[in-house]
This record gives sequence, structure tokens and C-alpha cells, in this order.
Amino acid sequence: MLSAQPAVRPIRPLRRSLHPLHALLMAFPVALFPSALLSDVTYVKTAQIQWTNFSAWLITGALLFGGFALLWSAIVTWAAREPMERRHNGVVTVLLALAWIAGLFNAFQHSHDGWASVGTMGVVLSVLSTILALAAGWVGHSQGRVLAVEAGR
Amino acid sequence: MIFRHIAIGASALALAACGSSNPDLDQTGAQPDLPKQRQTLLPPMNIATPAGWNGEAPKAPAGFAVTAIATGLKVPRQILVLPNGDILVAEGMGGQDAPTVRPKDVIAGYIKSMGKTSVKGGNRVTLLRDTNGDGKPDLRTEFATGLNAPYGLAYADGNIYVADQDAVIRFPYRDGMTRAEGPGVELVKLPSRINHHWTKAMTASADGSKLYVGIGSNSNIGERGLDVEQDRAQIWEIDRQTGAHRTYASGVRNPTAMAINPANAQLWTVANERDELGPQLVPDYLTSVRDGGFYGWPYSYWGQNVDPRVHPQKPAMVRAAIRPDYALGSHVAALGLSFVTGTGLGGNFAQGAFVGEHGSWNRQDLSGYKVVWVPFANGRPSGKPQDFLTGFIKDGHARGRPVGVAYDPVGGALLVADDLSNTVWRVAPVRP
Repeated sequence: MLSAQPAVRPIRPLRRSLHPLHALLMAFPVALFPSALLSDVTYVKTAQIQWTNFSAWLITGALLFGGFALLWSAIVTWAAREPMERRHNGVVTVLLALAWIAGLFNAFQHSHDGWASVGTMGVVLSVLSTILALAAGWVGHSQGRVLAVEAGR
Repeated sequence: MIFRHIAIGASALALAACGSSNPDLDQTGAQPDLPKQRQTLLPPMNIATPAGWNGEAPKAPAGFAVTAIATGLKVPRQILVLPNGDILVAEGMGGQDAPTVRPKDVIAGYIKSMGKTSVKGGNRVTLLRDTNGDGKPDLRTEFATGLNAPYGLAYADGNIYVADQDAVIRFPYRDGMTRAEGPGVELVKLPSRINHHWTKAMTASADGSKLYVGIGSNSNIGERGLDVEQDRAQIWEIDRQTGAHRTYASGVRNPTAMAINPANAQLWTVANERDELGPQLVPDYLTSVRDGGFYGWPYSYWGQNVDPRVHPQKPAMVRAAIRPDYALGSHVAALGLSFVTGTGLGGNFAQGAFVGEHGSWNRQDLSGYKVVWVPFANGRPSGKPQDFLTGFIKDGHARGRPVGVAYDPVGGALLVADDLSNTVWRVAPVRP
């Protein structure tokens, strides 16, 4: 009986890996926010207007799909039974939410015309949303690895 | 909790976006108050959605009567009164080739479309004739059809000129004609790539030898790149015989209506200035146009006020920028200009110009949506603009939006094209 061996932990999924669709949705902000940062930097360096147009669409794409990823994260956090699983999903949700908010402000910033569409504020918001989205992706995808360690023990 | 925070954040954003106006600022006349630039996170957009006239009419000063002399038009824009008193109305809607390049274009396009008629532009010029002199036209014909977003109209020496969104077309004209013979002859092509500001305003010089055509900028403030601004934000002078053209003035963001001042034969224009620097920047203006003059766009506005949204900046151009003569107010969207001749409409309206103000879409408090009178003396504006035709807004909805205005010296009236209710209004003194 398991209870007779308290030192051995049960082999069951304490933290589930991301659902494939959730992972795919999360891939959008993870890829698009950094891409927007790169095109912002290029715009500031070249003043070629097409780069800020690229950024605006990249941010919009990150917000659209990232919004669904965020919703998904919030639901699995709310539905989690294990405290550890809830905490883990909660961290992903908060990181995604912060990335999304920074991205939303940045989308408004990028709706300004001409040189005002990026500026210091645009670059700062791009850096913020990039770091937060990468962090959310990192933590989110760490869950599967934790499970593997648990299972292999 | 996260969602509540997002909701709170969003409403805070919405509040921040509602840049409110200061009613104490005087933004008309030669010395308008110019507040500090204010680029809000979200540019404020508020357009008056349409409502019907329901048998009512715009409101004119006491002693004037307003009647609808043509209804059911297809987006009437500018009006020309011919020597015999016949009235031409250009009907059309252009700018369809301007591509959507940013997510913002999708949203702004949707908001602007809410304040527009659902009628498709007629791409024609309609002729109205009052055969019995009662002020009410009893003959209506299609003078020319198959045009491409016609806007500017001019008459000179037996010819009618129509400025399509991409070319000036000449139609030979004889007194009494009600229909053009043939499709017209292209005099000169006009810049039409993208055509962000597509309207081609036009007037003939006092001696009839030249045509002046306004070509608006291809962006608000260079956000489509400055390469596409070649030959834009200019007024061209076109030789009527040969079609040869030269740049008469530049840096005029969107010259939407032009007219010759009868006092001194000088060219005047109304122009629509840039958006998104705040609800009270930048005032649209009325100005005499100097040959070779540069009026600031995109580098600066109202003289030497630098616009930070242009990169790289050009300080030499800013220094060269001419300050316009007379401000009409921010975002009023002046689209019509007509000087009175002779004794005009009498009384206070004997010397000066009427200006049609289509109305704002990017400030919270609506501005424009009326026709104003600018009094002149010695060929210059001599006082503040006065409301002449109002009542276009009722309960926050637009019943009409004035575009072109034309003083009719034959009928002794002011004609106003309304592209929302698709009407031409006639404002005439009530005969005692």
C-alpha cells in the first residue's frame, strides 16, 4: 500500500503539460512580440515606414492569439485541483496577462502616425512584452518536464 | 481578478483617450490660440451618425429661406453655377485605391464609414435648370456620366472642366446645353497613386487662362512614407490650352476648395490640416495662396510649429513655412469655398466668402457641420466667421454634412451640397 511507504510519492500528473492547442496559441505571443521588437528596432534605425507597419500587425497578431492563450491559462488555473498545479498555471496566466497588457498599450502606441508610432515608449513596451511572453512560454513549457521527472523517479 | 484589472485598465485608457477641449480657446481668425500638442494613447474618434431631415431644413439667418432644390443625388460634392444660371453638381466618392496598411486603417475606416451615406458615388455631373425663375429647378439632366470620382468644377471660355480623382477632363460647352457631347477630352493626368486624400478641387484663374487644382497629401502626416508624397500636398497651375502644369504652391496638406477673390483676382483656398495632435490642433484654414509659397506640411503647421512625427526633420523647410491667413477651427473639415460677387446676398453678406464645413470625426466634441460666412474688406478677412447655415446636427446625429458651396449671382442665392442627405440646398433672401 502506498500509505505504508510515505517516502515514495505517487506517480501521477501533479502538473499537466500544456494542451497542444494551448501551446500553439501561446506560440503566437512568444514568437510575435520578439518579432515586433526586432522590427521596431529596425524602424528606429532606418525610418522606413514599412517596419512600423510590420510591428503593428505583429503586435495585433500576438494580442489576438495571445488573448485566447491567456483565457485558456486562466481557465486551467481556475480548474486546477492540486495547489502546485494551480500555482504553476497561475504564474503562466499572470505573465501572459502582463505581456498582453503591455502589448495592448503598444498596439495603441503603434497606431500613432509616422515617427511617433514607435519612439522610446514603443521600444520599451516591445521589450517588456517580449520578456514577459518569453517568460510565460518558458514557465508554461516547463510543466511537462517536471512531470517527466516525477514519473521517472 | 486579472480580468478585472484588464477591464479597469481598458476603461482608464478610454478616459485617457477622451482628450477634452478647452472652450475658452479662440481658434478662428488670423491669430488662433494653439494649445500644446497632445498625443493621446488612443486618438479620439467621434462621428455624428446619420439621421433623416424628416421634412425639416438647415437653419439660415432671419430673412433667408432654405429649400432643397435637388434630392436623391449620388454623393454631391462641388457645385458650379454656369453663366446662364444653370447649376452643375459633381457627384462621386473616390479614394478606394488607398490600401489598408495598418490595423488602425481598418478601425478608422469603419468609424468614418458610420458618418457617411450608404449611397454609391454617382461618378457623374448633374445639371439643374430653373426655367421659370422661381428658384426651384424644373429640369434635371445628367450632364456627364462615366466619370471617376469627379469633384472640382470650372468654367472657362466655352469649356467645362471636371477634375476627376485622376485627371482633368474638358467638355466643350455651348450656352443652353443640358448634356455634354461625348466623353470629354483629358487635359492632364493628376497624381492619383494611393489617393489617401482623393478630392481634386479646382478653379479657373480670373482671366480664364489657367486652372488651379488642389492635390491633397497621401497621408495624415507621412505615415505611408514620404516617398508617396511626391507631387502631393500641392496646388498645381495648369495651362488651360496645353495642359502643361507647374507647382504653384506646396506644403498645403489638403486643399479642398479654391476660389478667386473677386476684389483682387487672387487665388484663395481652404485647407484641412493634420490630425492626432489633440482636439484643438491643428486649425483648418482659409488663405490666399502665394505663387511658390510653402505652407508647412508635413514639417510644421501654422508657420513654424514643428510636427515631431516627421523624420527626418527639415529645419530649413520649417523656417520657410508661410503662416496661413485665417483659421477656421480645428477639425471642422472645410470642404467648400465661394466668394460673393457684386452686392452678394446684401446686408452683412455683401463682401466675403462662404465656407462649407463637413464636420469633425476625430475629436470628442463635434466641430464644423455648418456653413460659415467670413466677412472681407479690401480683399482680406475683416472679422470672425459667422454661422450662416446650421442645424445639420440634431440630438447628436448628423442630418446632413455640407461640402461645396457656391454663390449663385444669377439667382441671388447660396447653394450648398450636402453629401450625407444627398441634397443641394438653396439659401436665398426672402422676397418682401
